[in-house]
Amino acid sequence: MTTPSIEIAYLAASLLFIFGLRGLRSPETARRGIQLAELAMLIAISATLLHNHLVRYDWIIIGVCVGSAIGVAMAIFIPMTKMPERIALSHAFGGLAAALVGVSEYSRHSGILPAGKMAAIGFEVMLGALTFTGSLMAFGKLQGMISERPITHRFQNGLNVIFFAATFVAIGYLIPHPVHQELFYGVVGMSFLLGVLIVLPIGGADMPVVISLLNSYAGLAAAATGFALSNTVLVVCGALDGASGFFLSLVMSKAMNRSFANILFGAFGQERENGNDATRAVRKSLLGATIGDALVVFGNARSVIIVPGYGMAAAHAQHAVREFAELLEQQGITVKYAIHPVAGRMPGHMNVLLAEANVPYDHLYDIDAINDEFANSDVALVVGANDVVNPAAKNDSASPIYGMPVLNADQSRTVIVLKRSLNPGFAKIDNELFTRPNTMMIFGDAKETLVELIKAMKEKG
Amino acid sequence: MSEGILWLYIFALAAFVGYLVISGVPPLLHTPLMSATNAISGISLVGSLVTAGADYNLTSSLLGLVAVTCATINVVGGFLITDRMLKMFRKRGDRRS
Repeated sequence: MTTPSIEIAYLAASLLFIFGLRGLRSPETARRGIQLAELAMLIAISATLLHNHLVRYDWIIIGVCVGSAIGVAMAIFIPMTKMPERIALSHAFGGLAAALVGVSEYSRHSGILPAGKMAAIGFEVMLGALTFTGSLMAFGKLQGMISERPITHRFQNGLNVIFFAATFVAIGYLIPHPVHQELFYGVVGMSFLLGVLIVLPIGGADMPVVISLLNSYAGLAAAATGFALSNTVLVVCGALDGASGFFLSLVMSKAMNRSFANILFGAFGQERENGNDATRAVRKSLLGATIGDALVVFGNARSVIIVPGYGMAAAHAQHAVREFAELLEQQGITVKYAIHPVAGRMPGHMNVLLAEANVPYDHLYDIDAINDEFANSDVALVVGANDVVNPAAKNDSASPIYGMPVLNADQSRTVIVLKRSLNPGFAKIDNELFTRPNTMMIFGDAKETLVELIKAMKEKG
Repeated sequence: MSEGILWLYIFALAAFVGYLVISGVPPLLHTPLMSATNAISGISLVGSLVTAGADYNLTSSLLGLVAVTCATINVVGGFLITDRMLKMFRKRGDRRS
């Protein structure tokens, strides 16, 4: 199988991967970290090519060439606003690769396998297959090919539990009886179906959690592949990837005030109550503010905190936001950005978009770092964010998001909200912030509004 | 001690170290982190390579071919895009060329 020299190369690669990830602790060392990880990958792959089972290279060369071409094309042409979609797709590829290697291992042994291997292959195929279809569903939802609204039905949780249990039982039975091929392929099919069933009921606003969870599953699938193939570097990297996904899921669940059990069992994304009659009545009578009104407010401001949300990504407004912020700074106004962990569709989504728009990263503040500053700020400019600034999370125990940490935008002297319409976000919760007396709503596409604001401000001089 | 337990040891310790290292990553870099671990999980390429190149039988080779393609997309695309992303992160003052 593997020789000692391959094992040593794998050990070196594993350590380099860990050092590389460590570099991501700071933006200054991050690129160097990634280079270490690239070196590790090169070492691991070169060592593998010396594996004595490898006898022909034609399939490998075709696969590597096609894969590289697609990989390079994706890296060059995918815009930063489509990053959640790309991440979802790469989870799908990772899951599929694991599942296929598992099926191949099973089929080439014609179902005659020791218990340990069978268990590894069983979990590999299950996790790989459900990550594949689950990630494709997430991709479809992000792309708008499938409704971002939660698609739910009455028996969904019960049905999912039954499917899960059945898959586990089938794998459990296969471990001592691996010859039952029809059962094995049943597990494969059921796992593909499970991925669809898990992600369908999940709404767009819950995407950061789903993407993190799928990241974790993709890692576990890779680790299971390592068990099945007795490959150390695969086990280590799978564990790293799984741990990373797990960590991000925890961060996201904390930022949404959901228990981890709640996330594991996919009970999120259910329909929520749509506000009470009082706020609905106010909503009807609310008139939008004008660009002129906003200019007056900005004219008197000393400090502005910008709160970006998914609406900024959807409107591709990040460049306009940066341009407007620079205009404000030229007038001596301090501008900071307040980033909520679940703003957007994946962990860190807003940071990447603003970095792309050339906003220095030391202007971006996490919720804990900036939340006390809202009370002393003149303007909170909310660009396409909704639930993450909803004061109901702090003071309305009946609200479905009660207890979720939110940005204190409501404490700012004036709140200016750029929003397409007053329709509640995906979470279907009315936001009383929008109807408060110190809030100005400017309706319309966030990017167009900002462009108008920039124009008006320049004219004013 | 059975060999299976040793594998679980490797997995558990790697997951623990991974968690410790990764929990130090600031929210600012969570997207690059995810993108980087995606690229790293493309390490399943080493498994796919053996499947594709071992000439066990045609089915195995074809499954291996697709697996190699998928894993390569993740490795190549993942590293390139992570680097592209990290290049964008700059501090006040240093202008991008």
